[in-house]
Amino acid sequence: MALRTEHELHQRRRGRNVGLGLVLAAFVVLVFGLSVVKVTRGDPMQGFDHVVRPEMAPADPATGGNG
Amino acid sequence: MSDINANGEVNGTLTGEAGFGDYVSLLKPRVMSLVVFTALVGLLVAPVPVHPFVAFTCVLFIALGGGASGALNMWWDADIDRVMRRTRNRPIPSGRVQPGEALGLGIALSGLSVMMLSLAANVLAGALLAFTIFFYVVIYSMWLKRSTPQNIVIGGAAGAFPPMIGWVCATGSISVEAVLMFMLIFMWTPPHFWALALFMNSDYEKAGVPMLTVTHGKRVTRNHVLVYTILLVPFALAAGFTSIGGPTYLAISLALNAGFLWGAWRIWQRDEATAEADGFATEKAVFKFSLLYLFLHFSAFLLEAALKGFGLGGW
Repeated sequence: MALRTEHELHQRRRGRNVGLGLVLAAFVVLVFGLSVVKVTRGDPMQGFDHVVRPEMAPADPATGGNG
Repeated sequence: MSDINANGEVNGTLTGEAGFGDYVSLLKPRVMSLVVFTALVGLLVAPVPVHPFVAFTCVLFIALGGGASGALNMWWDADIDRVMRRTRNRPIPSGRVQPGEALGLGIALSGLSVMMLSLAANVLAGALLAFTIFFYVVIYSMWLKRSTPQNIVIGGAAGAFPPMIGWVCATGSISVEAVLMFMLIFMWTPPHFWALALFMNSDYEKAGVPMLTVTHGKRVTRNHVLVYTILLVPFALAAGFTSIGGPTYLAISLALNAGFLWGAWRIWQRDEATAEADGFATEKAVFKFSLLYLFLHFSAFLLEAALKGFGLGGW
């Protein structure tokens, strides 16, 4: 009798592993997409880059303008 | 691997090891579809616009939280499921999934869904989802289900939270609209479920679950269907006067409530002999109508929101 290398159990295991792999890949895509949306949707952001920019300073209530 | 013997059996049974689909069925996909629909409506009718991708993520994790509570429910109720014919083929009683696996999956998905919803939307939405899972698993499954015939009344709250969570995802707070959407499902659950219990030959008695039809008989259940339907009507109509309602919703709601009241009245009038004679035709019709009732109410909320986009709808 020929040895069956592929049992129904192995197919089920493969299906389970492929399913889990797809779920994990989808989760990575989801977190990436969510990060992109969260970062790009907010108010315009300016990072600190060692250059003085008066428009970044909090508004002065006395003068009604910045700085 | 040594878990396959010469007869192709796995650990002594032919089922043995779970497939991917078995884990999916632990999440009760049919229940999830109602959760997806109502949560989506709650999110879309809110006055604060949500980015489509964020909305998709929110609904996905609300549904996953619902699925996680389904897995935990199956873990806890495996002994009952083994006794009842309807649930005997579920993954745990049939031996395809080990109880510990369902528990692990339920806890992991609960944590993941609450965390991701908190990140995608806000902490209040995540906290509400956590409370919903706690309510369904601990309050309903572990406590009320086996101790009181009113189990379905209080347990129905778990199914009523999704539209409120959807609303909170968009607005960040709970308002009267969210409460009314909650109450609509909360008050709808008892007459919907008891209409089903009147004609379903379930094995609750054998499983030791105190369903109203078993503990108090079908006459009392018929009274309860009518009373709870009457109590449901004001909540359904009141939603029509809030920011998510409008003349279109109110017209649809009036027609649906008239139909549901008429059905409940007919159920109340009948006795067992009449019901058995026509094969529970009225009870079956009212059960089907109750499904339509909820679906059309939430569709009407959506319709009002869509009409507002054209300058119509609302008050």
